[in-house]
Amino acid sequence: MSKTTCVAMILAGGQGSRLGALTKKIAKPAVPFGGKYRIIDFPLSNCANSGIDKVGVLTQYRPLELHNYLGTGDAWDLDKSNGGVFILPPYARDKGADWYKGTADAIYQNLNFIDMVDPEYVLVLSGDHIYTMDYAKMLAAHRANKADATIGVFEVPWDEAPRFGIMNTDPKDGHIVEFEEKPAKPKSNLASMGIYIFNRDFLDKYLREDAADDNSSHDFGKNIIPAMLNDKARMFSYAFEGYWKDVGTIESLWQANMDLLQDEPPFSFNSAWRIYSNNPSLPPHYLGKDAKVTCSMLNEGSMIMGEVDHSVLFSGVKIGKGAKVTNSVIMPFTVVEENAVIDHAIVAQNCVIAAGAHVAGSDGAIAVVPEGETIVAEQANAGQQVS
Amino acid sequence: MGNVMGIIRLDGANSMLKELCEHRPVAALPIAGRYRILDFAVSSLVNSGIGHVGVLVSKKARPVFDHLRSGKDWDLARHRDGLAYLPNDGDNGNATPLAGLYQNIDFVMRSSAEYVFLVQADTVYNIDFRHILLFHQNTGADITMVYSKAREDLPGEAASMQIAENGKVTDIAKRMTSTKGSNDFMGIYLMRKDTLVKLVTSTFERGGSSMLVDGIIRHMDDFSIYGYEHKGFSARINSTMAYFNANKAILNPDIWNELFMSDFPIHTKTKDAAPVQYKNTAKVTNSLIGNGCEIYGEVEDSVLFRGVKVAEGVKIKDCIIMEQCQIEQYAMLRDVICDKNVVVSEDQWLKGAENYPLIIAKSTVI
Repeated sequence: MSKTTCVAMILAGGQGSRLGALTKKIAKPAVPFGGKYRIIDFPLSNCANSGIDKVGVLTQYRPLELHNYLGTGDAWDLDKSNGGVFILPPYARDKGADWYKGTADAIYQNLNFIDMVDPEYVLVLSGDHIYTMDYAKMLAAHRANKADATIGVFEVPWDEAPRFGIMNTDPKDGHIVEFEEKPAKPKSNLASMGIYIFNRDFLDKYLREDAADDNSSHDFGKNIIPAMLNDKARMFSYAFEGYWKDVGTIESLWQANMDLLQDEPPFSFNSAWRIYSNNPSLPPHYLGKDAKVTCSMLNEGSMIMGEVDHSVLFSGVKIGKGAKVTNSVIMPFTVVEENAVIDHAIVAQNCVIAAGAHVAGSDGAIAVVPEGETIVAEQANAGQQVS
Repeated sequence: MGNVMGIIRLDGANSMLKELCEHRPVAALPIAGRYRILDFAVSSLVNSGIGHVGVLVSKKARPVFDHLRSGKDWDLARHRDGLAYLPNDGDNGNATPLAGLYQNIDFVMRSSAEYVFLVQADTVYNIDFRHILLFHQNTGADITMVYSKAREDLPGEAASMQIAENGKVTDIAKRMTSTKGSNDFMGIYLMRKDTLVKLVTSTFERGGSSMLVDGIIRHMDDFSIYGYEHKGFSARINSTMAYFNANKAILNPDIWNELFMSDFPIHTKTKDAAPVQYKNTAKVTNSLIGNGCEIYGEVEDSVLFRGVKVAEGVKIKDCIIMEQCQIEQYAMLRDVICDKNVVVSEDQWLKGAENYPLIIAKSTVI
C-alpha cells in the first residue's frame, strides 16, 4: 500500500444505550436519520468529500446491519483498490481475544491496521454525530500549528457547557491548556466534538502506554487526552463553525430530525458537499388525491394518502387515508393505517400502526415505537417510552 | 437463467417523440420521476436471472453510456459476462439495429447462452422473463414474441399481431396507430441463439434493414412463431401522447405498486439526492415526486423528477417536469412537459392541451 497522509478511524462500536429501543437490534451508527441516511453516512461522506480515502470503521455492538450497510463502501465512493472502507471488528489473537474495552483500546487493537496503511496522521471520529465538516481544513491547521494533536471543538451555549468535555485554551495561540470533563463551573464553552487528529507516532506511543495501564478505562477523553496534556504536548483546538449535533438520546435524535424542517435548514443535503448513502431501488414517492404534506421531508417508495406535517418520513412508508402524522419521525417501511394518529413520536422500521391507533408523545417526552412492533387501536398510547 | 442472454436495442419511434428525442434515443428518455425507459427492460432481465446483457449502441448514445456506465447499478459489473456495449461502425445508411446486430454477431455466437432475449427498450413494464422462457419451451416455438392488449386508441407506430387459439402468430401488421384491444408487439423476442444468428445473417445479407419486417413478417412461414401475452402493465413510448399518458398512468397506485414495489425492483443510476422538502405552503396531490425536490407551491396530477424547485404561488397541473427544472414564483403550468434543466420564470403561464402537451426543450429559459 502506498504512503498515506491521513487515515480516518471511525468509532462505530457503541451501543448507544441512551437511544433505548432504537438500538436494541442495531448499533447506534446504523440508526436511520434525516429521511434516507444513517448516522454513519455523515462521517463517511465527510471523509469522502475531504479526500480521505482510507477509512477504518471499528464495529462491535450488533454489527450485522452496519456491516451489511457498509458493504464494499461503494455508496461513499470508498470501494477503492488502494484504500476504501476497512471494517475492523474485534478479533482473536494467539493469546486469546478481547472486546474493545474503550475508544482508545479500539484504536490500540488496530495499530496493525494503521501500520499497514502507514499514515502520517490519524483522524479519530465518532459515528454518532450529525454535521458536515471538511477534515482537510482541520488537517491543514494541525500541520500549520506543528501540533502533536488537534481537537475539534464546538462553541456550545454556556449553560450547556457542564454537559460536555470542555477545552480551556490559551487565547494567544489557541493551544489547549486544560481539559475538563463535564465541569460544574466551566471556564470556556468550547466543547470537544470527539474529533481528533494525531501525529501517528505520537498517538502510537500514548496508546501503547495506555494499554499497559490496568487502571485506565482506555478512553480518549478520560485517559489519552489528559495524559498528553500532562506531558505538555503541543495540542491545539480547531473551532468548527456550523451545525453539529450529538444524537445520543431520543430527544436529541428527534430534535436533529426536526432541525432539518426549518425554513432555512442547518445544511443543504443537495449542495456539492453530498451526504452519500446506500440507496435501495425505490420509485419516487406518491402523494394521493387527499394527501396533505407540509413542512416535511419524504423519501422514495412512500405512499401518502393522509396528512403529514412537521415530520420526517423514510423510504417505503405508507400513510393511510385519514391518518395524521405530526412532529414525528417514521423510519423505513412502517405502515400507518387509516385514521391512525401519530404525534411527537419516533416510529422505527417495519412497524404497523393499525387503523385508528394513537401514538402520542409530547415535547420533552417523545414516544418511541421499537422496530417491528404492531400498535393496535386498543393500546391507547402504546409505545410510550420516556426518553 | 444462466443459459440466457439479453440484447437491448435503444432505438424507437424517435420522430413521433419530437423534441424529447432530439438529443437522446427513446431508451434514454426520462420517465416516472427517476428512471430512463431502458431501466425497465434491463431491470426485468437482471431480476429474471439474466446476467449477460449486450447493448446495441445507436446514435446519440451518450446519455445511455452516462446512465448505464459499468452496469453496476443493475449488478451487471461482473468478471464474467455482465454488461457489454455493442457498437455499430456502419455509416448512416447502415446504422440500423439489424446492421448493428450483424456486426456483433460474433459476440452472440461466442456466448455460452442457449437462448437470447432481443429487447427493444422503449416500453415500460416489469416482467418476469422466466415465464416467457417456460412458455417458449412448452410451445416448442422457434420464436416467441411478447405482446400486450392496447389500453387505448393512440397514434404511434405499432405492430399488431393476429394470434390463433393455440397461441400461434398468424399475421403481423405494422400500423401508424394503435387501437384499443389490439395485440401490440412489445418489442421482445425470445429465440435460440442459433435461430437468432441465422435470422440476422440471412436477413441482413439479403439487403434487409428491419428485423421485424424483413426478418419476421416476410418469412412468417419459415418459423413457428408464438405470441406470449403480458397481462400486466405495459406502455410503449412511441409518441409524445404515449409518453404523457404513461407517466400519468403511473399515478394510479395499483400500477405504481405493480411496477415498483414487487420483489422485482426497477434499478436505475443512483444520484444521492436528498429526500423531498415540502414547505409550509406546499400543496401536492395525486403526484409522483422525485428526490431532491423543494416544493413551496401547488402540484396536482403531475410527475416531478429529481431536484425540481417549485416556488411559492406556483400552480402545476397535468405536467411532467424533468430533472433540475426551476419553476419560479407564481408561474402556472398546465399540460406541459418540461425537459431537463428548464427554467420557467416568475409569473409565466404555460398551457398545452390535454391531447397535445406543450413540450419545452432541454435547458430552455422561459
